[in-house]
Amino acid sequence: MANNNAYPSEHHEGPEGTKWIWKVFWILLIVTSVEVALGIIKPEVLMGHVLGTSVLNIIFIVLTLAKAYYIVSEFMHLGHERKNFIWTITLPIVILIPYLTFILLTEGGYMNAMSQM
Amino acid sequence: MANGAALEQNTTAIWGGGRQPFGVSYGKMMMWFFLLSDALTFSGFLTAMGLYRFKYETTWPVAENVFTHFPLLHGEHPLLFVALMTFILILSSVTMVLAVNAGHKMNTKAVVLWLGLTIVGGFTFLGSQAWEWYHFINGDKGAVMLEDRTVMYVTPIDGNGEIISIYELITGQEKPHGDHTEFKTADMIAAFGINDNMTLRMPGKGTEEGAITLSREEAMAAMKGARVLQGAGMKANEYGNTLFANFFFFVTGFHGTHVFSGVVLNIIIFINVLMGTYERRGHYEMVEKVGLYWHFVDLVWVFVFTFFYLV
Repeated sequence: MANNNAYPSEHHEGPEGTKWIWKVFWILLIVTSVEVALGIIKPEVLMGHVLGTSVLNIIFIVLTLAKAYYIVSEFMHLGHERKNFIWTITLPIVILIPYLTFILLTEGGYMNAMSQM
Repeated sequence: MANGAALEQNTTAIWGGGRQPFGVSYGKMMMWFFLLSDALTFSGFLTAMGLYRFKYETTWPVAENVFTHFPLLHGEHPLLFVALMTFILILSSVTMVLAVNAGHKMNTKAVVLWLGLTIVGGFTFLGSQAWEWYHFINGDKGAVMLEDRTVMYVTPIDGNGEIISIYELITGQEKPHGDHTEFKTADMIAAFGINDNMTLRMPGKGTEEGAITLSREEAMAAMKGARVLQGAGMKANEYGNTLFANFFFFVTGFHGTHVFSGVVLNIIIFINVLMGTYERRGHYEMVEKVGLYWHFVDLVWVFVFTFFYLV
């Protein structure tokens, strides 16, 4: 065990100081505030249907993915690791999760349609 | 010979250990692989919820009718409390990054400060979740459960789907803040018979025109064999489809368990920082590894927030 601790990770030169941390904090806070404001107001213009849901829901999902990107890339520092490591972690996620989501939501919609026949 | 010796030396340098192909230490890499598998677990839960939500579109409740409370405020405030919880978790993520940052500079005092604040943030979030569960389990307006276990809201015939509480139906007065009176089924059915401007509607969004609403005659017929339903449990809940509460308990509970174990890990490394373990080791990488876990907990919450409360 002591052997493992003898080799800390290579130090990657990230941005100096703590300014970038607060920058990411403000991004996350503002995006969350926008989501909450949209969720309370629910603007009529955004209620149109696209891709099986409302435009508003698509906006929520895009904003959520943006927040996820900043947390993983900056707070978890993955964006500053070596390229091979970035791909090792992100590829299984970006392949498997959209696949699973597609299959389950399609089948859920199908079961709903069948129950109404 | 000389060539062979050089080759041997070279392979020893490559295969003899001590090299990091990813530029990441063993412990940190294994934390990442664990988080990768955990991300797939959580996405399994959330997509499973998506499956049933699509299947039971008409009885799946709309979040803004479920999570409406805010401490010390009267009336309905959808999204506000969960936005506060999100803010608390983001803030504790920031203090964790600051602790990791201080660790890189071997600044023990700063690590103690930021890690301490992260632990406070973790406990605040857990307390908020307990508060959320308390209100979810106790329920708010109450509903009618038909004989076939379909949950329906009481609503005015010519209203826009407004939900009338069982309290208001029976007493004729607006439900006071924090009231938990338990009503009898017989009283509810009698009050529903007298209030002939009331009918029943499905909890889900329904069609473009709005939720599926019964006519007065259909509602009166459905009331036979119905019973009053207040609060939420694993077998039934006043918000709508049974699976909605099951998923709520399971997903937010599983996330809460992650937050709790994150707080425990934070406390363990906090004690180690105080004892000077990492100072003697020469680096604060353990803070970084636990930090990864803590950020992951925040990351999962971002998705739970979207798929339980927003979408």
